[in-house]
Amino acid sequence: MPHRLDVLVCSGAACVSNHTADVRDALQSAIEAHGLSTEVRLVETGCMGPCELGPILLVYPEGALYIRVTPDDANEIVEEHFLKGRPVQRLLWEDPAARRIAEEKKQVAFFERQEKVVLSNCGTIDPEDLQEYIATGGYEALGLALTERQPEELIQIVLDSKLRGRGGAGFPTGLKWQLAARAEGDEKYIVCNGDEGDPGAFMDRALLEGDPHAVIEGMTIAAYAIGAAKGFIYVRAEYPLAIRRLEIAIDQARASGLLGEDILETGFAFDVEIRIGAGAFVCGEETALIASIEGQRGMPRTRPPYPSDRGVFGQPTLINNVETWGNIRHIVLRGADWFRSIGTESSPGTKVFALSGKITNTGIVEVPMGTTLRELIDEIGGGIPDGKALKAVQTGGPSGGCIPAQHIDTPIDYESLKELGAFMGSGGVIVLDEDDCMVGIAKYFLEFSCDESCGKCVPCRVGTRTMLSILERITDGRGTLGDLEQLQMLADTIRSTSLCGLGQAAPSPVLSTMKHFREEYEEHVQTATCSAKRCKALIRYEIDRAACKACDLCRKACPVEAIEGTPGEPPYTIHESVCIQCGRCFDVCPFDAVRIESGKKKQNEVEG
Amino acid sequence: MKLEDLRKIRERAEKDISLRRGDARVNVVIGMGTSGIAAGARNVMSAFLDEIGKRDLADTIVTQTGGRGLASSEPIVELHIKNEPVVVYGEMTDDKARRVVAEHIVNGSPVSEYVIEVRD
Ligand SMILES: Cc1cc2nc3c(=O)[nH]c(=O)nc-3n(C[C@H](O)[C@H](O)[C@H](O)COP(=O)(O)O)c2cc1C
Ligand code: SF4
Repeated sequence: MPHRLDVLVCSGAACVSNHTADVRDALQSAIEAHGLSTEVRLVETGCMGPCELGPILLVYPEGALYIRVTPDDANEIVEEHFLKGRPVQRLLWEDPAARRIAEEKKQVAFFERQEKVVLSNCGTIDPEDLQEYIATGGYEALGLALTERQPEELIQIVLDSKLRGRGGAGFPTGLKWQLAARAEGDEKYIVCNGDEGDPGAFMDRALLEGDPHAVIEGMTIAAYAIGAAKGFIYVRAEYPLAIRRLEIAIDQARASGLLGEDILETGFAFDVEIRIGAGAFVCGEETALIASIEGQRGMPRTRPPYPSDRGVFGQPTLINNVETWGNIRHIVLRGADWFRSIGTESSPGTKVFALSGKITNTGIVEVPMGTTLRELIDEIGGGIPDGKALKAVQTGGPSGGCIPAQHIDTPIDYESLKELGAFMGSGGVIVLDEDDCMVGIAKYFLEFSCDESCGKCVPCRVGTRTMLSILERITDGRGTLGDLEQLQMLADTIRSTSLCGLGQAAPSPVLSTMKHFREEYEEHVQTATCSAKRCKALIRYEIDRAACKACDLCRKACPVEAIEGTPGEPPYTIHESVCIQCGRCFDVCPFDAVRIESGKKKQNEVEG
Repeated sequence: MKLEDLRKIRERAEKDISLRRGDARVNVVIGMGTSGIAAGARNVMSAFLDEIGKRDLADTIVTQTGGRGLASSEPIVELHIKNEPVVVYGEMTDDKARRVVAEHIVNGSPVSEYVIEVRD
């Protein structure tokens, strides 16, 4: 008997940490208890996207989307929906913009405005079931490549598609394939870069977890195109679920003759191995990654020679990003013209983004290149919560920059972002609102690069540290206008003299915020204030005497006993000399009596 | 495995996940209100599922709805076929369900004896 209901249970990493397994188990027992085991099938899928709303269930054929499901909801869902056909309204997604409950996934703007190509299987198939991948046309592109295409034809298709590398720099993928194909070597290697080290980025994890076969298929097609017999998939150890699903996929592909000797009985041989990285950001840089695969310390080296000439074990190596690999099978099956029909002239195709920060719908989304930031943030992302105003959008992580709100209609493609001093990067998008301090944001990313510098070159190792201490001075209210000039000078030197992209791009977050938000820097150095009230040294916590109800919550919450008062006898007071500006009192006060005021601590003023 | 074998697997596998495509040609809607269930709607649903499975009809899905206020004719089943009027069958049983699958879903001619309503 066929199933009449497919219940897709999101088992992406975010839902897994939200205890999706408990929900699945509860559903399973309720289904059994109601005698529905033969009618209802549970399918565990990869990430569906709206990670903050998990655990998520998607029920077909209706397409009903349940969010924030708990094990306690299982019985009601099974009895009302699965048995009696009445979806449980209170658990369906309510579109905040449309103010209505979405009966179907299709009605939710978050999904409806996306275009899923690379992620088409993420959240819709069981990534641990090869049959389901095959059902979506999986390995058809490989079959086509091996039986009906010459290696040069495949390279030409990728060249014609104008696909650009999704790992950050946007280098033309076809060109890289061509270089690797033409390079001389005893052996050639294929590498998948799944290091994904930038904070706020988890796109590659979603694809590896949700559709591992797609990455393997892309690599195998390239192996045939350039004449490689061996590949490596480099994944960070912090992605255990991705590693497990890749292992399962590799085993299945080998067992079915889709990987290994004599693939699809064509005589072509290729196999892949997983390499687990320790998680250093610099190991995502291709030459460092290659060193790490070889078992050496993950440190960048000068290029040229490029990996396409000399990569793994000194042999020609083709290295692409996870998402780049995920595009290949679609391009081979549907053609270069189809691919170029999506996105923009110079940046065709789609891009996967990880939305985070001050945005209603956080998570993983895929949109055509050329989509504007406004569409991404307001329509798909559901806008900024709590009625706050957008201030800027950070893209490209520690190598990227901030795009101010007035440029929100900028189409997202490699060139437009670069013009604004930002960077496409791998797809991390952090939304900042009026409460974010741009100097603080720049400091955060610079500190990240500084900590992750491998130390090989002085400008990167020492220069970023010096820039960081200047920024600390500024956020402490001790900066001068001369500091801003010095930041600029240091940035220029670091950019032009660092060996690898980490150092070269490390000053970008500072440069882009100095360019677009110079007044905020000036405010910090000239008046020692932070109008976003984020820089701890430049704010004071105070209790509004009229609003205080002497409930004692703030006094109990304060970790340093800076608050004095007696329950029932308002007002309470905060001793500035003791306060460490942790903000706990602000968070706990039920009467909004704790205020954040601009200005340095009084004793600082005396000193300085 | 050869490419032909892959394609054969794909054909089977596609049917297996057809529910998720949302492009079914036929939707068999079973009235599952309290009175429908009391009148044996569950058995009727099982008969539909079983017959659809035996005949491997990947373009047909089975869904449910609440009661429709026609308690005297329960179990009630609506047949929604793309681009055709909705045909409502009443007082369904296991055997009647199997006949509807064979004659209406497969051969395209409604089983007029059981029809209680036709809607556009
Ligand atoms: C510091 C640093 C970190 C990087 N991290 C990654 C990464 O995590 N993933 C990635 O695909 N590329 C990363 N890159 C870019 C790679 O060096 C390389 O360009 C990329 O893997 C090529 O693949 P693509 O052409 O498909 O984008 C990083 C580069 C630098 C300089
Ligand atoms: S630029 Fe920085 S990370 Fe890159 S090689 Fe030099 S020291 Fe290492």
